[in-house]
Amino acid sequence: MTRHTLTAMLLGLACAGAANAGPQDDADLAAFKASFRDKNGATVDRLEQTEHQKLCSQDALAPLSAAQRKAIEAEALATVRMPADGKYFGDWKEGEKLAQNGRGMQSNDAKGSPNGGNCYACHQLDKKEIAFGNIGPSLYQYAKLRGGATPELLKYTWSKVYNSHAFQACSTMPRFGAAGILTEKQIQDVMSLLLDPASPVNH
Amino acid sequence: MRPDTLLLAAALCAAGAAQAQSAADEIAKYRAMLADGNPAELIEAQGETLWSAKRGPKQASLEACDLGKGPGVVAGAYAELPRFFKDTGKVMDAEARLVHCMVTLQGIDRADAVKKPFSDQGERATDIEALIAYIVGASRGAAINVPQVHAEEKASFARGQKAFFYRAGPYDFSCASCHSKDGQRIRLQDLPNLTQAAAARSAFATWPAYRVSQGAVRTMQWRMADCVRQQRFPQLGFTSQASIDLITYLGVKAKDGKMDAPGLKR
Repeated sequence: MTRHTLTAMLLGLACAGAANAGPQDDADLAAFKASFRDKNGATVDRLEQTEHQKLCSQDALAPLSAAQRKAIEAEALATVRMPADGKYFGDWKEGEKLAQNGRGMQSNDAKGSPNGGNCYACHQLDKKEIAFGNIGPSLYQYAKLRGGATPELLKYTWSKVYNSHAFQACSTMPRFGAAGILTEKQIQDVMSLLLDPASPVNH
Repeated sequence: MRPDTLLLAAALCAAGAAQAQSAADEIAKYRAMLADGNPAELIEAQGETLWSAKRGPKQASLEACDLGKGPGVVAGAYAELPRFFKDTGKVMDAEARLVHCMVTLQGIDRADAVKKPFSDQGERATDIEALIAYIVGASRGAAINVPQVHAEEKASFARGQKAFFYRAGPYDFSCASCHSKDGQRIRLQDLPNLTQAAAARSAFATWPAYRVSQGAVRTMQWRMADCVRQQRFPQLGFTSQASIDLITYLGVKAKDGKMDAPGLKR
């Protein structure tokens, strides 16, 4: 299936959704948006949904079809930008700091302050850190359990961090690269945390 | 350091390898230690005094305030809010209704009343926090029964449900991202599955709550706004329609729970 076909499919789905939406829905949405105010970098325009966000909101109440999910995944994969210089790795120590840091993009964060990755909110990583969440799978021994940092694993992991929806439509995990949460350098550091044999994740 | 903070520190240290345990266990221990001594009770008492004090340009008390069960009836009122009010033509939660009474009965300017609803760290409770602590305390033991009779009440629930699942912003989060599955945690913090009656009851029944880490009573409006902040959404307006709709959604899910607030949280 070409990208154009997928786009057409997604547009078709979005239009079908719009056809069901009456004036009351529009009024409700306007009242919803009017309930919020800009604060620091968290501006009201963030409430405008992308087509994917619309579909993924519906998915929770009326699950999307397999074709819809496939289309979302393909579109998401197409957003992934591999590192410009083919360099997947940075510094796992910096990656660990990012994994610990839950700041960034909240309405009480100063505008333009650096974002963390907050990986521990949802994942186990270094075994020494016991305050980890469980919304995502454990990533302890991430590379070790997957046969080491093979080229395939590098590419997959980069893409997963960049846009998680490429492999699981409507994933709970933020699209760290595609949504501009982490920079390329920061993703390189997170890659090292996950894949460097020296990283405590792989001890 | 506040005595309650010291107690919490003691509870945490006493566990030795406290880190290895769920934070929830430690908080449960802390709650047990305080038993009948929730610091929120002091703030409830402040609120009770404020309720009957003659204040504002009209030098009137709030004793004639209609919280939904008739003018002056505070007992059990919180357990049935948000609800539709004929006089405003709107579904209102406890905080919106309290502000309404401050404006209409006491003549306080609306903008003044809502200027700073929540105290900052280390500050004395705001009037709204104290009054809400008193109002919710008067519903202890009452069955949660957020009405779904009026068309506006049903519409509020429907909008609240939509808002709960609305994914947006740079992180693509909705309320449901964290609150629609059993057994999930952020770090060590347990996340209630608010789509299920049991967890919704427990959440609705124990907010507002004294938040130990902040040394303050936090209201349900505060709770909603702080969730939304972590969602990377813009700031949720105090007593905005979306905030009330979300509280309606939670309250209806929590039907038949028993109010036990102000609660005590980490």
